[in-house]
Amino acid sequence: MKQQYEIVVGLEVHLHIATATKAFCGCKNEFGLKPNSGVCPVCMGFPGSLPVLNEKYLEYAVKTALALNCKISDKMKFDRKNYFYPDLPKNYQISQYDMPLSEAGLLEIIAKDAAPKKIRIKRVHMEEDAGKLLHEEDNITRVDFNRSGTPLLEIVTEPDINSPEEAYAYLLTLKNLLEYLEVSDCDMEKGSLRCDANISIRPAGQAALGVKVEVKNMNSFKGVRAALEYEQKRQESLAQDNEKIIQETRLWDSDKKITQPMRTKEEAHDYRYFPDPDLVPFEIDPALIKKIKNNMPQLPAEKKKQIIKDYGISEYDAGILISDKAMAEYFLKCAQSYNQPKIIANWIISEILKYLNSKNMEFRYFDLPPAHLTDMLKMMDSGKISGKIAKDVLSDMITSKKSPQDIVKEKGLLQISDETELRAVIKAVLRQHAQVTKDYKSGKEAALSFLVGQAMKATKGKANPGMVNKLLKEEMGNI
Amino acid sequence: MENKIKTDDIKYVAELARIKLSEKEAGVLSAQLNDILEYINKLNKLDTTNTEPMSHALNMTNVFRKDEVMPSLTQQDALKNVPDGKDGFFRVPKVI
Amino acid sequence: MTNMKDSKLYELTAHELSEKIKNNSVSVKDIIGSVIARIEAVETKVHGFAHFNKQDALKKAGESKISGPLCGIPAAIKDNICIKDELTTCCSKILKGFKPPYDATVISKLKSAGALLLGRANMDEFAFGSSCETSCYGPTKNPYDTSRIPGGSSGGSAALVCADEAIFALGSDTGGSIRQPAALCGVVGLKPTYGRVSRYGLIAFASSLDQIGPFTKDVTDSALIMNIIAGHDPMDTTSADVPVPDYTKYLKNSVKGLKIGFPKEYFIPGLDKDVKEHLDEAFDLFKSLGAKIINISLPHTDYAVATYYIVACSEASSNLARFDGVQYGLRQEGETLADMYKYTRAEGFGDEAKRRIILGTYSLSSGYYDAYYLKAQKVRALIKKDFDEAFKVCDVILTPTTPTPAFKLGEKMKDPLQMYLSDIFTIPANLSGIPAISVPCGYSKSGLPVGMQLMAKAFDEPVLFNAAYAYEQNKKWEIKKPAI
Repeated sequence: MKQQYEIVVGLEVHLHIATATKAFCGCKNEFGLKPNSGVCPVCMGFPGSLPVLNEKYLEYAVKTALALNCKISDKMKFDRKNYFYPDLPKNYQISQYDMPLSEAGLLEIIAKDAAPKKIRIKRVHMEEDAGKLLHEEDNITRVDFNRSGTPLLEIVTEPDINSPEEAYAYLLTLKNLLEYLEVSDCDMEKGSLRCDANISIRPAGQAALGVKVEVKNMNSFKGVRAALEYEQKRQESLAQDNEKIIQETRLWDSDKKITQPMRTKEEAHDYRYFPDPDLVPFEIDPALIKKIKNNMPQLPAEKKKQIIKDYGISEYDAGILISDKAMAEYFLKCAQSYNQPKIIANWIISEILKYLNSKNMEFRYFDLPPAHLTDMLKMMDSGKISGKIAKDVLSDMITSKKSPQDIVKEKGLLQISDETELRAVIKAVLRQHAQVTKDYKSGKEAALSFLVGQAMKATKGKANPGMVNKLLKEEMGNI
Repeated sequence: MENKIKTDDIKYVAELARIKLSEKEAGVLSAQLNDILEYINKLNKLDTTNTEPMSHALNMTNVFRKDEVMPSLTQQDALKNVPDGKDGFFRVPKVI
Repeated sequence: MTNMKDSKLYELTAHELSEKIKNNSVSVKDIIGSVIARIEAVETKVHGFAHFNKQDALKKAGESKISGPLCGIPAAIKDNICIKDELTTCCSKILKGFKPPYDATVISKLKSAGALLLGRANMDEFAFGSSCETSCYGPTKNPYDTSRIPGGSSGGSAALVCADEAIFALGSDTGGSIRQPAALCGVVGLKPTYGRVSRYGLIAFASSLDQIGPFTKDVTDSALIMNIIAGHDPMDTTSADVPVPDYTKYLKNSVKGLKIGFPKEYFIPGLDKDVKEHLDEAFDLFKSLGAKIINISLPHTDYAVATYYIVACSEASSNLARFDGVQYGLRQEGETLADMYKYTRAEGFGDEAKRRIILGTYSLSSGYYDAYYLKAQKVRALIKKDFDEAFKVCDVILTPTTPTPAFKLGEKMKDPLQMYLSDIFTIPANLSGIPAISVPCGYSKSGLPVGMQLMAKAFDEPVLFNAAYAYEQNKKWEIKKPAI
């Protein structure tokens, strides 16, 4: 029988923190400036310059670590990680080694079609980012130090992830949590969230971990999942063939959809960490932790509970609503002015999400005023428009930015609830479809919906469906 | 402690420190460093089991700056001293 | 305005010149003229400057403000303190042509006090040395005997003040680099408490030990300069937020009741006889002025040099990693990036710099960290504890600054360890972060200056100024200017 393998994954996320200024100097913490114009002696590592920690950076870091259920250290320090690389202006990175900001956290994830699972967070530590290298020209690498010294958090999991789907769910959950915290824009394409993975396989049931392969260079969450799927297959087939898996760093090629060994010479990693003498140690004041806890925004898990409890939304739908902070906020705003939250949730989840997906647009860019949606729902309730018309009104509202009232008025979409008018329409339908009428009377129930459809068609969807039903039955009874 | 530095150790360390050393220089350095380290090994006479390491001269903690923007250098000033720069970038031999 | 007496303006101190400027008896132009003439007369023999340009100096004198406590006072600045748009090279080939885009905090302070920054003082490359012989511009000579070293690493600063080529100078002290050359050149040199003077803009050698301090012709000037350069700097998180007193208020003649510690570990058999004699005289003088001499012990003194070389070289190996040919300074091209780095650093650094970078890299490297770096940090704590204990029973500690007067050029260049041991008395203050001042205390039989060192607890510069001033006012020997 074929040996079954279990995959073991640990993820390292580098998260760019959205403070106004850099980690250790007053330069703007901003993307998109012209090269080497958002720099100063400190982040350029000019001789004689000295780093000073940004207070807000620590605050955001503590906030994030707390949200990840980490234990905040009483005392932390910064260390120098020494290695030569042209994007690193001092040829050392200010990072944290043996006394990091925080350790031992937890994040609960729900992978596709799976039960909730808790992923342990090993540590969350602070470090400065490096500059950017550009390799367009032959034989030359160009260096831009604008990103140098921008604040990062490194979030490292324990090897608790056991499938590419779980890794994907972890990243989505983490991103979702970070959105609620408002400490980062988490945009993987912009590089404000980067993820490396350590993956190994072992025969199912074996306790010891297998040989670890590091995979880098994924630029989307789906890329992480795909890279892990590829790597899982690669390692399994090596193991099946009794070939050795070597400990190495591999790069994900998102075009070819494969991982390949990094071609640079593997040199010994001897980072010579030692406490940075330019930065004094930090004792994290319990009062600061308390203050941050008290001002902590509502996090997704809590928000989900609230939506279920206060609005009677199903667990599943609530899970969808909170999966995007902007969506949850939108729902809550609508629910303030319209008292049927389930209907709101349905419209958001089915119609609005469908629209956004078709446009490949994020919810935070969806600008339909909540009042327009709820006004439209109210018009539906009062019988002014039909459900079918409502869908048209919604897409009209999204594109034209007009209120539902104006759209209905301009386009004459008011529902026809006038009995005399409808009865005339129905009589005409029955005349046209005498055979179907007979079928219905002989007990073929399905014929009724055909006739309703015809009546709706005749009124261009504006007929009040309830009345159509009622009047149809009456008129057929009269035949 | 028997920590004789060999020429190979010097070469490894020189590689870490990115300094090109000739065979001769590495030999001279290993002899000199052995003298120095032999002298330094006197520290092992001291029992420091219960001593906390001291990495700063003063006992200070928690020094911050506010998250307030300060002026950056101009691109021109940032590149004023550059040995090889073009179009606002620093340039180095291609990183593979 | 110039008269016969003023033609020797260069011999005066900052406080004397300030007085003359205040009462309009001399002008900034007179002073700069006098100092430049002196430089032209003796600099070829002393070679105290790494960079000096007469035209630039005159231009600065012309632009000099008429206000400020140091208005028009010519100063030399060690070549490792950044001055905006002026050559700052640490006397290393690797910083060839480097002009920083910013002023060090001390430079901003001196500029706004009106000081006239004449030129850059020579130094051991990156402050690695005790003789000023490792400068890429060649050695500075001791003005008292040009066949001898001026001390180091701030040898240029000491020699320039000694030879009256600058009224005062700034240096930096990591293991004695201000006090040792001050002693060997017969001037006053102060290493302030760690954190007392901002390090922002001082090109780091060992960040946890480095301090900037003044070289002056007398104790009064030392206090005067400290009034200007000391103080908290938000750009340096290791600078202490402790108020700065007016140091000149402590220039008091009386030391009655002052408890002066005599540490037996500093009076070792190898101590030069002349040095020992002058120290004995100094103790006697203090006693006669009403001070109490207290026997103390600093038991870990013998471990200071070993501790220092590990801590300082480890930090230096990391601090100097940035000199790689990418952003500034020297660059040697290579096929690959790694070659470019290695050729640049091989060409740019001198032997002593390489030695220290290699030693530091080694002691931080995997497998040796605990045995060397961590061990040294722990012994450092023991050395500091010695001082904490000592200052429970005394106010200041009096020691020789150096074991011997100035040695010959080239004498110790072949033996790094012997060179390192010449800092044996000055290193402990850096490791402990405490302030220490070297004050001239006479001349050896061959006419070379001898210095004594006073140490106090952190931030107690006032007691140093008090004791040093009282000594200076009451000393029984005559100052002999170098016959250069």
